[in-house]
Amino acid sequence: MTIDIKTMNVEPRRHTFGHVARRLGSDKPASRYEEATLDVQPTDNFHYKPLWEPEYWTYDTRKTALKMEDWYKLRDPRQYYYATYNIARANMNQSVERNFAFVDKRDMLDQMDAEWRAVVADYLLPMRHVAWGANMNMTSICDRGYGTAITAPSIFAAGDHLGMAQILSRIGLMLDDSTGDSLEAAKTAWMGAPHWQGIRKAVEDSLVVTDWMEMYTAQTLAFDGILHRLVFDRFDAAGQKHGAAGLSMLTEFMIEWRAEHEKWVDSVLKVAAAESPENAAMLSGWAKTWIDRVAEAARPLAARVLGDVQGKGGASDAAITEIKADIAARCAKIGLAV
Amino acid sequence: MTQYASITLQNTDDARPIIEAILADNTDVQVLNMPGAVKLDRDHRIVVNRASVEERIGRSWDPQELHLVLISMAGNVDEDDDYFALEWKK
Repeated sequence: MTIDIKTMNVEPRRHTFGHVARRLGSDKPASRYEEATLDVQPTDNFHYKPLWEPEYWTYDTRKTALKMEDWYKLRDPRQYYYATYNIARANMNQSVERNFAFVDKRDMLDQMDAEWRAVVADYLLPMRHVAWGANMNMTSICDRGYGTAITAPSIFAAGDHLGMAQILSRIGLMLDDSTGDSLEAAKTAWMGAPHWQGIRKAVEDSLVVTDWMEMYTAQTLAFDGILHRLVFDRFDAAGQKHGAAGLSMLTEFMIEWRAEHEKWVDSVLKVAAAESPENAAMLSGWAKTWIDRVAEAARPLAARVLGDVQGKGGASDAAITEIKADIAARCAKIGLAV
Repeated sequence: MTQYASITLQNTDDARPIIEAILADNTDVQVLNMPGAVKLDRDHRIVVNRASVEERIGRSWDPQELHLVLISMAGNVDEDDDYFALEWKK
């Protein structure tokens, strides 16, 4: 006797949500990213206007001067939604934990010269406050932005900055044997040391920018672009002569994060600039203003850490010029003129 | 008699971009939808390109990851960093 195994195929009535199918053009299985992103934000029938800004609705395209015909064009090439984002970051954080354990076990931070230890405490730890500003800005973009395609990855980026601030705090605690003194000193430096005041002013001014797309350009291109390159590339390289290899392991997260973050940033700005010449001009203007501003603000810090006099064509001036050239090349690729 | 090069993948979120990439890169693929699986047949040769899958999933992809969603295949395997091909060598 033979047994004939039959399979029955039940065709689902629909493969995805109606609003997603309308965007995809037909009813076919959509990815989780598409289902968690496309047209998720409400667009109509809000009950009350916000009391604090009665000229706008809760979600309002007029909160930026930028015009997009479809705000869901600003998609994330990494296709992050809650689960994929968390899985990716959990993996990255695992290597952070391993690196911290490795450095701790071998007392690698003690290999650093005493003078360089002081320099590190002076340039690296106050970056916590820069990261906090970045966290505020990305949160604000999520709040004021339009369309889940841009607001969801923005709040993820806000989380990233918070995580990076925590990494910096842990480095501080490793440097001062968990007394927290180095973090107190970093706060004092952030609030009062002359070489930090330009950056602090720029960060604080960016907090109150009301146009969220300007804020996005300022935060991602200028602050993340310039300060991360300066601190985690240039200063880190300068530290190698002083035995700071252990420190590089602890800030490796920032390098990995930046490579991935900039893929998203470049894609968003590229699509926004390609929408219309007005958009491109507007984004270019914001980019130029903020890149120049942050680069100028970073000069005193660069001069202090790289150990030369600002404006004399030394290592720090070269570093800032090269970083600006890097960012200008990126901007040219995505259609911005800076 | 023509011989089909064939690959059967799970019908999951992870495999769907790969299936799409195969359909885009290979002409005249016969698609057989089964419960939970998709069988793709093509005369002689069928190829999965790394670049086309990466374009769809937005991250770097190693052709070896194919094995996580692979159910069955037919043909001689030709594996490289940039593609995974099944072909009946003459």
